[in-house]
Amino acid sequence: MALLEIRNLRVAFPTAGGLMTAVDGIDLHVDQGEVLAIVGESGSGKSVSMLAVMGLLPPEARVEADVMRFDGQDLRVIPARARRRIIGKDVSMIFQDPISSLNPSFTVGFQLTEVLRHHLGLSRRAARDRAVELLTAVGIPDPAGRLTTYPHQMSGGQCQRVMIASAIACNPRLLIADEPTTALDVTIQKQILDLLSDLQIRTGMGLIMITHDMGVVAETADRVMVQYMGRKIEEADVLSLFSTPAQPYTRALLAALPENATGTRLPTVGAMAKQEAGHGR
Amino acid sequence: MIRFLLRKLAVIVPVLIGITIVSFGFVRILPGDPVMLMAGERGLTPERHAEMMAQFGFDRPLPVQYLDFVASALGGDLGQSLVSKKPVLAEFLTLFPATVELGLCAVLLATLIGVPLGVLAAVKRGSWFDQLSMGIALTGYSMPIFWWGLLLVILFSGTLGWTPVSGRIALQYYFPDATGFMLYDAAVSGQKGAFVSALRHLILPSIVLATIPMAVLARQSRSAMLEVLGEDYVRTARSRGLSPWRVICLHAFRNALIPIVTTLGLQIGGILTGAILTETIFSWPGIGKWMVDSIARRDYPVVQGGLLLIAGIVMAVNLLVDVLYALINPRIRHK
Repeated sequence: MALLEIRNLRVAFPTAGGLMTAVDGIDLHVDQGEVLAIVGESGSGKSVSMLAVMGLLPPEARVEADVMRFDGQDLRVIPARARRRIIGKDVSMIFQDPISSLNPSFTVGFQLTEVLRHHLGLSRRAARDRAVELLTAVGIPDPAGRLTTYPHQMSGGQCQRVMIASAIACNPRLLIADEPTTALDVTIQKQILDLLSDLQIRTGMGLIMITHDMGVVAETADRVMVQYMGRKIEEADVLSLFSTPAQPYTRALLAALPENATGTRLPTVGAMAKQEAGHGR
Repeated sequence: MIRFLLRKLAVIVPVLIGITIVSFGFVRILPGDPVMLMAGERGLTPERHAEMMAQFGFDRPLPVQYLDFVASALGGDLGQSLVSKKPVLAEFLTLFPATVELGLCAVLLATLIGVPLGVLAAVKRGSWFDQLSMGIALTGYSMPIFWWGLLLVILFSGTLGWTPVSGRIALQYYFPDATGFMLYDAAVSGQKGAFVSALRHLILPSIVLATIPMAVLARQSRSAMLEVLGEDYVRTARSRGLSPWRVICLHAFRNALIPIVTTLGLQIGGILTGAILTETIFSWPGIGKWMVDSIARRDYPVVQGGLLLIAGIVMAVNLLVDVLYALINPRIRHK
């Protein structure tokens, strides 16, 4: 049984101009120990579908699915209270902008121990010890000293490490990373990706990596799902996707990588897709 | 933190100098002078008028009078009231507790009702509760408080007879001032019913004085909460499975507090000025009424000294708010 299984997920938002469909019939499954990358451009519904799994969409969002199961539990009908026992503990999420994702008014230690005490019922002392362990695991120097610092006193990379620490605090079975490196500079991106891969291998958790960076996909994923305009375009294991992309959009996406550029201008997905459409069919 | 305080204190000095000039100049710009007003309708001969002005020292050039005022103020002497002949500072200290008592009740009322109202309106954004409470807040904010005060007096004191019309306590109770705070003095006086009487006298003036700050706080709390509820860290807190109550009251509210405390600090200055009207409506013997009476009598020492003291208190409150602000906002504290 898949750890997370979604079939025909549809998410729509009511707007002044009528319903706006953000996710239109996505199927997805992730197993324990597997890394799934979801790629697609901005607005393709990557984050929205994962926020729907977490139950973090605004109340006006309309979420429908034929199947939405985590570890055998039906997420469509689960009461809010029961869902809160799962999220942050068995399924956890990290976000794009690490600095704004941490609460500026609380210390790193508070934000870490809060999760531990909430889900695991640890004592103050035990939570603190575990927080130091977690900060060590994500590679933060002087972890005990870091507990009393505030997010604004740390760099973006360090904040993302803290976010990862708080996400893996309760040994989740699935971690959803929503563009975890987009807001970071290149060298730090590499470190954070290595850290995530390393943690995933060590703990055997499932990992969903939402990204629009093909480099990130190649580096981390087992399987890739390409999403466009709220629909799944293609799904394949990472090697076959890069060697033999089946869909024109995927080919355009790969061809648009800056390292594949040949002319003086960078290729764009729009131009590539048009070209594909012209002599593809 | 100490450097932060020193920086704040350094700003206070020029402001204080400015206030001495304004408070000194303000009463002298008004037409008429204390001697003319003391003489009343019968008037005085010009010679007698000049003689009396000289007696008070008001014939000297203004810069000399000003420097004299500042020099004595620095020494802690704000002069004597021309009317009561008592030292300004002593009069101020006798009346100030009445204003503080009223002001504190108003601040408490405004905060305890305004802030939760705003927070709840933000959480239930767009609901009938949001619409209704913000409608009431806007009405409260736009109401002239002297008119609102009179309406309340007509309804609750006149028609219903629930609350007294004016004063701080019913006439049958008498006890010496221990602290000047009527609620406390009445409670420790041992006289049966005194505390309840003092409380009943406090209700309407507090509501009137609290109305505008309450409305401002409710609207400010709502907009601060709305902004904060959309922040990434609130989503993070929710993604960790924390209860909605904890996310709103701790993670969101803690950050919304920063603008709310700033607003509260500004409102405290507003409450001191609002007290002038409220105290006049309810014959509340505080510094607001004292200032109004003194301005009418052109009691120069009282007006300039009283203004200086009020301004000093407003600045002290603002300094306190700045400190509080630094305490709740680590980004300021650790700059």
